[in-house]
Amino acid sequence: MSPQPYSSIKGFGVTFKQIFKKPITQQYPEYKRPVYPRFRGRHRLWTHENGLEKCVGCSLCAAACPADCIRVVAAENTPGNRVSAGERYARIYEINLSRCIFCGYCEIACPFDAITLEAEFEISEYSRDDLIYTKDMLLAEPIKRVPVADRQLYDTPIPAYKAKS
Amino acid sequence: MATVERPRIYEGTRIPSPIPTILRLSDELRDSPDVMQVNFGPNHPSTHGVLRLIVDLAGERVEGIEAVIGYLHTGFEKTMEQKTWWKAITYPARIDYVGFQNDELVFVLAIEKLLELETPQKAVWMRMLLCELNRIHSHLVYLGTAALELGAISMFWYCFRERDLVLDLFELVTGVRMHTRYFQAGGLAEDIPPGFYAECRKFTEWMPKAVDDYESLIDRNEIWLERTQGVGLLSADDAIALGQSGPVLRASGVDWDLRRAEPYLAYDKVDFEVPVLPNGDVYDRYRVRMIEMRESTKIVAQCLDRLEGMEGEPWIADDRKVVLPPRHELHTSMESLIHHFKIVTEGYRVPEGEVYVAIESPRGEKACYVISDGGSRPWRVKFRAPSLVALEATATCMRGALVADLVAIVGSLDSVMGDTDR
Ligand code: SF4
Ligand code: SF4
Repeated sequence: MSPQPYSSIKGFGVTFKQIFKKPITQQYPEYKRPVYPRFRGRHRLWTHENGLEKCVGCSLCAAACPADCIRVVAAENTPGNRVSAGERYARIYEINLSRCIFCGYCEIACPFDAITLEAEFEISEYSRDDLIYTKDMLLAEPIKRVPVADRQLYDTPIPAYKAKS
Repeated sequence: MATVERPRIYEGTRIPSPIPTILRLSDELRDSPDVMQVNFGPNHPSTHGVLRLIVDLAGERVEGIEAVIGYLHTGFEKTMEQKTWWKAITYPARIDYVGFQNDELVFVLAIEKLLELETPQKAVWMRMLLCELNRIHSHLVYLGTAALELGAISMFWYCFRERDLVLDLFELVTGVRMHTRYFQAGGLAEDIPPGFYAECRKFTEWMPKAVDDYESLIDRNEIWLERTQGVGLLSADDAIALGQSGPVLRASGVDWDLRRAEPYLAYDKVDFEVPVLPNGDVYDRYRVRMIEMRESTKIVAQCLDRLEGMEGEPWIADDRKVVLPPRHELHTSMESLIHHFKIVTEGYRVPEGEVYVAIESPRGEKACYVISDGGSRPWRVKFRAPSLVALEATATCMRGALVADLVAIVGSLDSVMGDTDR
């Protein structure tokens, strides 16, 4: 069990070999590694093709959230103001992302596939208030795009949070 | 090169008295002007989080030591009592944030024991696979940080290189790199994606080579040996008396591993060795973890063999009272929709009773004691934290140690402060 001089040199050998290997570090802000399709990043609210919102304001996501960070206030759709496909719509829909733990229970809970967790992960802000995402922010296309790895290979045909693929 | 005799492990016990977790200054030293009291932590980079140690130093020699914990108290156990069982599954992974998957497993196993729920084979093997990956992850974090603290900075880079591979696998299967909530009562949250097997195989083939690298880096490195051999001795008697478990216990020569002593999941169907080493010092604790990484890689490979033959099998039990109904039924079956609503809003009810479930987490015996009053929320949840127990051995290990050894000893006990303070 005594230390041997050549043993320390063996250690240097490991370090020396690295010179000939390709570095594994990635130049992050310039290069973004594709996230896997199941990755749970910032939420996104979805609309139907005809422009109506999928969310019907049922508050099931708010009930499922372990961190209590979703606030939904529903209102009736009227013929003059038709927002969602159902009877009611979410007049206020807010997610406090500073509380969110990205567990994805909200996307599991939503029976209408209205909310999903998407690939965007760069959501730091200078102020906590900016982390409260309102409905408009959640409905909009994300500004920063993150590449996603091959969906066919790295996800099951129908993701768990989608009723129809 | 002169061979230094490695200090032998002592016989019997030397637990400091009267309080086993505190090393008290002796009477002669109490009023001595040579003794200096130093605060080590809570913001010291090598205390693995927010641990505060009050150390009495006589020169370099540590004469008294007392730990102050609680800086990372989160109250998760209490919070879980306010949440339904389904929501509470997200919490345990945040208690021991390095051995997250094992924590999740122990809580889910406790729920299943109360519900008397059978898990499909695919889920059992996948759980085992992820728990072993998590063990590798945890030991890599230990090895990287413990070696870094003793000056082997390159170890840190190498270990975190492999750690990232493990986390990538977690991201692939579960969606996040840590805190996955992938284990649900009854099985797994989602099926295993087809691309996982190939990626995981790549990892199991790579990992033994990486461990070879670590071994040639520090296994026989003179500085490493000087800093670790014969330091922080803990005899088998003391280890048992202090309730140690996991690598700390096995490095003191006690052959005890819950995976083999009380097999859970399918550990009785896989082939692995439990390393037991006799010297009870920092070096042996490091060796135990190194060997465990190799053994875990073997278990992962065996799980993969099984899982590859289970294509198309169910991954979660078919119990509509507990398990969320399949997604596609929500639009076709009213009954499924009602079950879905009930589980999400009210949660499932768990029969009255109390259970204690223990598993072998990377840090030792991680256990969960749950009482249910028959409602949809746990009445009481208590975790047995191996980190806290390991920390209790600090005072005994520190007998006659120098202040430089303190870093090595605290590192080798591998406490995670989230687990200690809960
Ligand atoms: S991901 Fe989890 S914590 Fe975040 S909003 Fe959804 S349910 Fe709440
Ligand atoms: S997002 Fe889904 S669950 Fe949440 S209120 Fe809208 S429809 Fe209901």
